[in-house]
Amino acid sequence: MEIIGKISYMETQATQPIKSFYETPSPSRFTGIGAWLLTIDHKRIGLMYMASVMVWFVIALILGLLIRTELMATGSTIMEAETYNAIFTLHGVIMIFLFVIPAIPAIFGNFLLPIQLGTDDVFFPKLNLLSWYLYMLGGFLAILSLFADGPPDTGWTFYVPFSVSTETNVGLTVTAAFILGMSSMLTGLNFITTVHRMRMPGMKWMEIPLFTWSLYATAWVQLLATPVLSITLLLVILERIFGSGLFDPSKGGDPILYQHLFWMYSHPAVYIMILPGMGVISEIIPVFSRKSIFGYKAIVGSSMAIAVAGSLVWAHHMFTSGMSDVAVFVFSFLTFIVAIPSAIKVFSWVSTMYKGSILMTPPLFFSLCFIYLFSIGGLTGLVLGAAGTNIQVHDTHFVVAHFHFVMFGGTGFAFFAALHFWWPKIFGIMYNFKRAYVAAILTTTGFMLHYIPMFILGIMGMPRRYYDYLPEFQTGNFFAGIGAYILVAGVLVMLLNLLISFKNGETSPSDPWGGTTLEWSIPSPPPLHNFVESPKPKGYPYDFTDIVRSNSLNSNDSLNRGSKL
Amino acid sequence: MIVNQSDSNYTDDKTCDAVGSHTDNENKHYDIVGSRTGMWLFLYTEIMLFGGLFVLYAAYYRMYTADFTGAGKELDILMGSINTVMLLVSSFAVAASITAIQKKSRKVALAFLGFALFLGAMFLVNKYFEWGHKIDLGIFPNSPLMEDSSHGRVLFFSLYYTITALHAIHIIIGMTLLAVTMAFIMTDKVTEHKYVLLENAGLYWHLVDLIWIFIFPLFYLIY
Ligand code: HEM
Ligand SMILES: [Cu+2]
Repeated sequence: MEIIGKISYMETQATQPIKSFYETPSPSRFTGIGAWLLTIDHKRIGLMYMASVMVWFVIALILGLLIRTELMATGSTIMEAETYNAIFTLHGVIMIFLFVIPAIPAIFGNFLLPIQLGTDDVFFPKLNLLSWYLYMLGGFLAILSLFADGPPDTGWTFYVPFSVSTETNVGLTVTAAFILGMSSMLTGLNFITTVHRMRMPGMKWMEIPLFTWSLYATAWVQLLATPVLSITLLLVILERIFGSGLFDPSKGGDPILYQHLFWMYSHPAVYIMILPGMGVISEIIPVFSRKSIFGYKAIVGSSMAIAVAGSLVWAHHMFTSGMSDVAVFVFSFLTFIVAIPSAIKVFSWVSTMYKGSILMTPPLFFSLCFIYLFSIGGLTGLVLGAAGTNIQVHDTHFVVAHFHFVMFGGTGFAFFAALHFWWPKIFGIMYNFKRAYVAAILTTTGFMLHYIPMFILGIMGMPRRYYDYLPEFQTGNFFAGIGAYILVAGVLVMLLNLLISFKNGETSPSDPWGGTTLEWSIPSPPPLHNFVESPKPKGYPYDFTDIVRSNSLNSNDSLNRGSKL
Repeated sequence: MIVNQSDSNYTDDKTCDAVGSHTDNENKHYDIVGSRTGMWLFLYTEIMLFGGLFVLYAAYYRMYTADFTGAGKELDILMGSINTVMLLVSSFAVAASITAIQKKSRKVALAFLGFALFLGAMFLVNKYFEWGHKIDLGIFPNSPLMEDSSHGRVLFFSLYYTITALHAIHIIIGMTLLAVTMAFIMTDKVTEHKYVLLENAGLYWHLVDLIWIFIFPLFYLIY
């Protein structure tokens, strides 16, 4: 069967070049916009996610800039307190549920997971499309909630009793989050089934690329945790409509239980956010070090360990909410445990680069920024995880800085790195390197200037989510504002640079970087069924011997061209 | 799965059936294990969904044990038992319909499924009367009567309404699934060679049944 396949492939080869998936709609009866909106091709679905996620990202970025502008001076600067509350809520809800959680799995996971497994699609292609529609519906409801009864003002955590008593449209926003949760859950279900059932024949578990491994671990967390959020949000809706009293102290309910249920999801959710980003970095670092990843099994193991241990630490968000001392001790201890697997990964990445032949490229540059920023985020997490210090900095700007270091400096930068790494694969074109570096440097500098003052402000005692502050916090907030503008400028340069590549980017070969995983063995952009010939399992996915040998021959032709653009 | 795609025309559709199994271009082979895996994962999320509510139940039961046991006596054990039996029998009927399909007796399978559907509907009717009766008595969230009740009683009935309502919604979803499967059997899309949809619908129905098995003692049988 295989020989026949090859021969007829050569025939088609002779008569016509292989068409990319852009030219071959699937199902083929649809054309034009329908070829996208009704597609079941995982690559097209990934790109539809890319388009919609990017829109949300830019919107939320602008909202964030508005928050920071307001905070640049004391008193009301550009908006009133109510508007401020609405804007930070929207910023948080959009960033978390519509950007950080779906970004890497839904875009790059959809596009690459089947390819890395050597197969032609995810297991449930139609369910995959349904996930995208749920994502769009959730986004649509989030917008709608702006116009009916005023936007929500509770923060992305929807804490009771305020979320029940406020007049604003929390119900709709919560429904949006519910639906987005379903979308993310179905993606996870799809990925797990795909990894189990559709690996190419002969591919063993310990031969799966690390990006796919990280998506697999993430998918389990998505399944484990998301339903808990769904039910919690549902209860908020019931509470608002019927006054069921389950979280209402006047009827005997306990608001702290809401917090428990919420964080039972939302702490694991932070690993839904970061694990795929770690997967991206684990792919990029070895490629540009021309060296096998250090500790493949340790990275796989730590992903799974994070998935398990990350489910047991939720109450570190509630040290000040009222808990027994035993509980505080246990949760604080477990929080320290969960930092270990993250540290293992950082250690592995750095060790991979040690004595490697480093080839600097924009994706690697973003990855290095990631390692640095993420480490700061993780270490400050420990400051927060220690019950004693937590009392001092809980609910201050210190927390805000911590989670932006991990979510933006971590997942955000991993997302940027992924964009630059797989851009030539997805679109078959290369962007301008110089502008990409400028963007990365601007973004990172702005980032530091933006968030480091917040650590200091937090330690000084400036609470989060207040629209005004005492005069002594003026300087820090002012500088943070300047940082925010630099940061946003950097992101815009980056996005523009990528967009410009559509106009005058050079076409990219199938393997511009010298990658070893399967996606680099197929044309860019890939054909509809991903593989022209059935892929053969290569055994261990990070063997760079061939790449290093051929590199010394032609000294990176394509890369040099890329940087000259 | 990609074994010989290259010999097919490149504009060929990716073919997949209703429940998502992948098919090769020529030998239509369905990965039943895969479809089943997907279904089990989904059931797992359902358990977590109800799990959140059971956690609330456990916490409040511990806080208001006396109120809970008192309020539990107000529920009608007879109605609850009838409902339990009906769900158990319907689960059996669904399981029997799978055996029937395997033995190629379409009619018997349809009859069993129809019977399960009927029992599901009866369950809902029963529930309707139970709820209606309670509401007549003034027992529902935020009612004047409940304002004067003890905290534990309020929470017990709030949980009762929330959990049984969510369960009833699942019954409706399960009945829809069973009905769709019946339609597929009639149009020969589910046959003795390919009945994974029926199996999955059955699994879902068993889950709905299983959750009730927990609800019943927690609300009706606590003394
Ligand atoms: C080394 C691992 C980490 C540790 C030990 C840690 C610890 C903590 C602690 C103790 C808090 C609670 C602070 C408080 O409210 O008093 C916190 C907040 C937070 N962390 Fe982390 N964290 C870690 C990694 C991460 C990662 C990887 C992410 C996301 C990608 C993340 C996202 C968040 C968010 C979003 C919050 C604040 C939620 C809110 O109140 O709005 N953390 N972290
Ligand atoms: Cu946490």
